Amino acid sequence: MPSPFNLIEGDRQQKGGEKRSETAGRWQHDSMQKMLTIISNVLRGSASRHGAQVVSEAASMVASSRSYADFTPEATFDIKKVDLHRLEEGPPLTATLTREEGLKYYRTMQTIRRMELKADQLYKQKIIRGFCHLYDGQEACAVGIEGGITLSDHLITAYRAHGYTLTRGGTVREIMAELTGRRGGIAKGKGGSMHMYTKNFYGGNGIVGAQVPLGAGVALACKYLGNDQLCVSLYGDGAANQGQIFETYNMSSLWKLPIIFICENNQYGMGTSVERSSASTEYYKRGDYIPGLRVDGMDVLCVREATKFAADHCRSGKGPILMELQTYRYHGHSMSDPGVSYRTREEIQEVRSKSDPISMLKDRMLSNNMASIEELKEIDIAVRKEIEDAAQFATTDPEPPLDDLCSHIFANDQPFEVRAATPWTKLTSTS
Amino acid sequence: MASLGCFLRSGKNAVSVVLRREFSKTPPAAVQVNVRDALNQAMDEELERDERVFLLGEEVAQYDGAYKVSRGLWKKYGDKRIIDTPITEMGFAGIAVGAAFAGLRPICEFMTWNFSMQAIDQVINSAAKTYYMSAGAQPVPIVFRGPNGSSAGVAAQHSQCFAAWYGHCPGLKVVSPWNSEDARGLLKAAIRDDNPVVFLENELMYGVPFDLSEDVMQKDFVIPIGKAKVERRGTHITLVSHSRCVGFCLDAASVLAKEGVECEVVNLRTIRPLDVDTIEASVMKTGHLVTVEGGWPQYGVGAEICARVMEGPAFNYLDAPAVRVTGVDIPMPYAKILEDHSVPQIKDIIFSVKKVLNM
Repeated sequence: MPSPFNLIEGDRQQKGGEKRSETAGRWQHDSMQKMLTIISNVLRGSASRHGAQVVSEAASMVASSRSYADFTPEATFDIKKVDLHRLEEGPPLTATLTREEGLKYYRTMQTIRRMELKADQLYKQKIIRGFCHLYDGQEACAVGIEGGITLSDHLITAYRAHGYTLTRGGTVREIMAELTGRRGGIAKGKGGSMHMYTKNFYGGNGIVGAQVPLGAGVALACKYLGNDQLCVSLYGDGAANQGQIFETYNMSSLWKLPIIFICENNQYGMGTSVERSSASTEYYKRGDYIPGLRVDGMDVLCVREATKFAADHCRSGKGPILMELQTYRYHGHSMSDPGVSYRTREEIQEVRSKSDPISMLKDRMLSNNMASIEELKEIDIAVRKEIEDAAQFATTDPEPPLDDLCSHIFANDQPFEVRAATPWTKLTSTS
Repeated sequence: MASLGCFLRSGKNAVSVVLRREFSKTPPAAVQVNVRDALNQAMDEELERDERVFLLGEEVAQYDGAYKVSRGLWKKYGDKRIIDTPITEMGFAGIAVGAAFAGLRPICEFMTWNFSMQAIDQVINSAAKTYYMSAGAQPVPIVFRGPNGSSAGVAAQHSQCFAAWYGHCPGLKVVSPWNSEDARGLLKAAIRDDNPVVFLENELMYGVPFDLSEDVMQKDFVIPIGKAKVERRGTHITLVSHSRCVGFCLDAASVLAKEGVECEVVNLRTIRPLDVDTIEASVMKTGHLVTVEGGWPQYGVGAEICARVMEGPAFNYLDAPAVRVTGVDIPMPYAKILEDHSVPQIKDIIFSVKKVLNM
């Protein structure tokens, strides 16, 4: 099986990862050594105590001995060059990351990762049922995209949507409770995995490809209302062959709609590899007259810079632009797919070890002294706790009341009678 | 001779207007408007009233509409609000729904409802179901409109009636106007409704004029969606119909009146939600029911009406089984003689009434 990333040139190990900013120096290095000694002493001496307590003690030691001035506040990294289609220039070849941004991206990606793994667990326990399409492996896409736009911009995607629901303002609690079909779910249990909505986020769409013209409609509204907003419209490599997407390319270009088409190419449409589904796998060129970028979707900074570039393009009135994000999903297509009948475990493992988006960011931050291992571990613990709390809520919150059966059929309407399973049962719909 | 005929027709109408003036105490100044113009005026007024309203579809702008329903609108409102689309129904229907998601109020025209099949996923899965799936977070204030059902000589692929198909789906409102008053009031109501409305017009009705009273011509005249209208009171039998067939029912009723049979004619106006109360009240009065529709019989509008009457209080008042008059269960043929025999004719309605009344 060909390597999923054989289209990406260059080595994964960025030269820029080794770069240190000017303020780092020998002093930093020495004090880090001292810290590590202190920590290991603490850990050895308190082997009998509870792990978390030990870590927090170590952490408080760390915190008291190191102030935030010790960390590099920002660093610039070389990022992979982007392949261009009908563009003279592309996004910059470097990206600047501040400590705050790094911690935020780390936390968000880790939250998505842990949330999806928890969903996997709950699904296997049959607490989540039906469809469940997990996003682990692709975190850099959702987080990087959000880094390049604002919450007043708009976004729509297909069914692998839990990550986007989070980045677009949803909470883990309400996402998980929606997966378990409870009244505290983000759609009150009426939608499920594929139908979650937040402000300026239009789901979560179950029909492959249908979300793309919808996104163009949102973009049309942005242009119509003159609000300088744009719409990001996502689809996968499997959907990329849908006719309605080409219809949308056409109308978006004719009318110069502020839309960023993004193809999340995770190499497989369900069980069909890109080579088997697409006569052309250069998805960034499939927009033909629409300029395109092919981007490393495992690198959150690459994704962010490309998104910023694309957003500028749209906002300057040039019309649509297309981004292909080369990414990978660790899980199968959905929870009913083990994901190993059409690809090898070795391939999955290789991507995990060499290209994991969270590891990549972590390595960058650590080797540039932008955060400490302990700090990141603290974040991990906090995330774990958030997920546990959310799962607890999602498994204990009650299911929606039966009254909700017929509610939300129509907006702003008088109550009306709904035909039940038999003519004798009287059901009423409310808005 | 043709012009004389024309004069006589309009002359007769002019006379009836004059007569009305003479004999009424507070004369409502009636104006004659055909269905096409009623739709046009309704859209014009709603476009003016709310700047979020816009129209998109094939040939709606510079061509003035394939059937001239949107004549003059592009000239008045321009490219931003009257948008010509390429021949890509799935794409532009999806774009229309997305625009509705983001706060606009689109009117999406299908040149005929036959072409909506290309886009039916967007109508059902993206428009109709979204408010429910989002538990009320995402309303979809969109109108899909266009001519529905059989026309004249356009053959099988261009003649299907979609009332039953769309009427099947929760989350949609489906309306089917007959005359100009229906067209005007229902289209205004549909545009002002915050929900997806499927608006089924009829090409053969576009050119038919009707008198509209001053009240109807008011800018805020709306007909509530979900309410049927009794067009003709009667005592012996109930005829329930929608769209062009309402006219046939009234014609049949005139003929039957000469034989002493008084038909009550119910104009559904709305397919979904169905006004069962009006139908039941009428059946409970007359004891007999015949439904009349242009669409195919199997799983159709008439089938639903009969089922509802069976399940409700009106059943006990039926003196005979309820019966449906429908289009013939075949793809529409082209040759005129065959086409004429594919659709319900007035004689079919009269025949059915007499059968049901055991005459």
